[in-house]
Amino acid sequence: MSGARAKEAPAAAARSPALLLTGRRLEGLPIIVVFFVLIGIFTACAPRVFLRWPIYDSFLVTIPPLLILSLGLTLVVAAGEIDLSFPAVIQFSGFLFAFCSLQLGQPWLGLAAALAGGALVGLVNGVLVAVVGVPSIIITIGTSFFWSGVATVLCGGLSYALTDLQATPIANIFAGTLFGIPAEAFWALGAAVVGWFILNRHRFGEHLLFIGDSQTVAQVLGINVVRERIKLFTLMGVVAGFASFLLTIQNLNYFATQGQGMLLSALAGVFIGGSSVFGGSATMVGSVFGALIIGMLDAGIVATGVAGFWVEVIVGLVFIVAVVLHIGIENPARLKQLRRRLAFRE
Amino acid sequence: MANGRTPPPRTYTNIVKAENLCVSFGKVQALSDIDLAIGRNEIVGLIGDNGAGKSTLIKALTGVVRPSSGRLFIRDEPVDLGRYSVRKAHALRFETVYQEKSLGEKQPLWRNFFAGRQIVNRFGFINVREQQRIANEILQSHLGFRGIGIDANSTVANLSGGERQGIAIGRAMHFDADLIILDEPTTALAIKEVRKVLDFVRWIKESGRAAIYIEHNLAHVHALADRLVVLDRGRIVANIRPTDMDLDALTHFLIALHEPTAGVAA
Ligand SMILES: Nc1ncnc2c1ncn2[C@@H]1O[C@H](COP(=O)(O)OP(=O)(O)OP(=O)(O)O)[C@@H](O)[C@H]1O
Ligand SMILES: [Mg+2]
Repeated sequence: MSGARAKEAPAAAARSPALLLTGRRLEGLPIIVVFFVLIGIFTACAPRVFLRWPIYDSFLVTIPPLLILSLGLTLVVAAGEIDLSFPAVIQFSGFLFAFCSLQLGQPWLGLAAALAGGALVGLVNGVLVAVVGVPSIIITIGTSFFWSGVATVLCGGLSYALTDLQATPIANIFAGTLFGIPAEAFWALGAAVVGWFILNRHRFGEHLLFIGDSQTVAQVLGINVVRERIKLFTLMGVVAGFASFLLTIQNLNYFATQGQGMLLSALAGVFIGGSSVFGGSATMVGSVFGALIIGMLDAGIVATGVAGFWVEVIVGLVFIVAVVLHIGIENPARLKQLRRRLAFRE
Repeated sequence: MANGRTPPPRTYTNIVKAENLCVSFGKVQALSDIDLAIGRNEIVGLIGDNGAGKSTLIKALTGVVRPSSGRLFIRDEPVDLGRYSVRKAHALRFETVYQEKSLGEKQPLWRNFFAGRQIVNRFGFINVREQQRIANEILQSHLGFRGIGIDANSTVANLSGGERQGIAIGRAMHFDADLIILDEPTTALAIKEVRKVLDFVRWIKESGRAAIYIEHNLAHVHALADRLVVLDRGRIVANIRPTDMDLDALTHFLIALHEPTAGVAA
């Protein structure tokens, strides 16, 4: 019996460090570290900007729409899918909101219309992906053109000034300030908490993770893959509709091309954060910090005095380094292999 | 919720019965006119060539694929095929153990044990603590995974083939099924692990349950099954009692199936 014990002990010792790493690791830790390192670098390069509040205040205004998009996309990526149509939702839903506010004088109806419009776009995506079986990366390119076109036709290429909404309740609630902090920041924080619970604690989130892991397994386990995917894309549409509303109400302006620049940024936020491109594993905390990094780099780099042209170069570098880092953490064997190959060359 | 804690009385004759069951995938007719009944405490071995339709048959019986026609009875009661699903099958106390493709690779064990029938509150939020507790209990008491560093938080990707099979079996035991379906559960397992699976099949018989056992190793099914059902190109071509035909004769019979002239003789 003591012999059996002795045999067990080394095996347990060999496994437990790995367990500590996988089970107890703080979610999104590597990217949180990267975030603070970046803040440190910015502060060192431009202390006059980064040791004062205004820059952070402006971050808390500009980042939330992007961050909310990244949260929605995290669920999409968890299920092994992708959605490229959210910039079109930003155009379409933004138009619906602007139209209801300006032409009908009903901003709250406009908010409902923005969310419903997003849901419609998402529902169509979901049905095409889940029922018809078109890969989401393909079909959302198509629907993206379509809805963006619809928005352009409807607004006639014009922009809508919504300055009348200034200081109305809806503007105060969504784009005012609370305790000196921009309201958008609270909405983004709320969305992040809800998103985390959906992904990690709700049945729906678990179904998405299993679908992303393997569709066959999900089916065999009794998960209704078709229904969950339709729900997923519809939810993503609603999230994009809300982001669009937020963007429009904070600018008090709708213009036909809004949201065009957000496609890559929002996706970059998700992948910098450490969610797996292959599906089945995703992190909301990572996406929050990923979006913060992406949103911060632009203003940050300019503030440090580097010419604005360099922004994209640096964003690209951060993205590549982060994604490689995540693969290394997820799959150390791959890094070891790489090292061996490099050693062999020498 | 899904695994109702009050077992329905075992007063039925057949746990499951199919009549004229057909399944087609587009133009491929995978199953034609299947008539098959599984007794309350019967172990049925399902054998046949690769692509014969064995997996498809059990998928039809467990609600994974929808038959194109035919009738299905569970515990002697007719089932509405249009509304039959894996969820229903689980609720009716059917469990399936596959060699692969029944566990989410990147997910922790506490999710894998309960996926598709989580312990949730009214709003659909999972009771993680409870699921972890039960998962640990299954790992330690049923599976003897004590002390080897596997717990409810381990991910499936880090487990060996034998350990995975243990997990799938533990899951089937926990949900206390009346019909347990095993689809090639011993593929790629070492002798010791194979023996555990075979012990599990014996346990199914002894505890009064039923099983459908798909296996390419004829010696294993021949030894354990009460009845062997042979599938060939989507049709049942023979029902054999292992006591009536020894292993050698069975092997010859199966080989003869594929020699064009011998088909009639069978
Ligand atoms: N989802 C599907 N779509 C199309 N055809 C399928 C599908 N699933 C199975 N088939 C076809 O149905 C037939 C029966 O397949 P099945 O998997 O049931 O065979 P099997 O008897 O389990 O074989 P094996 O012993 O190799 O596991 C095969 O011709 C297969 O190609
Ligand atoms: Mg098979």
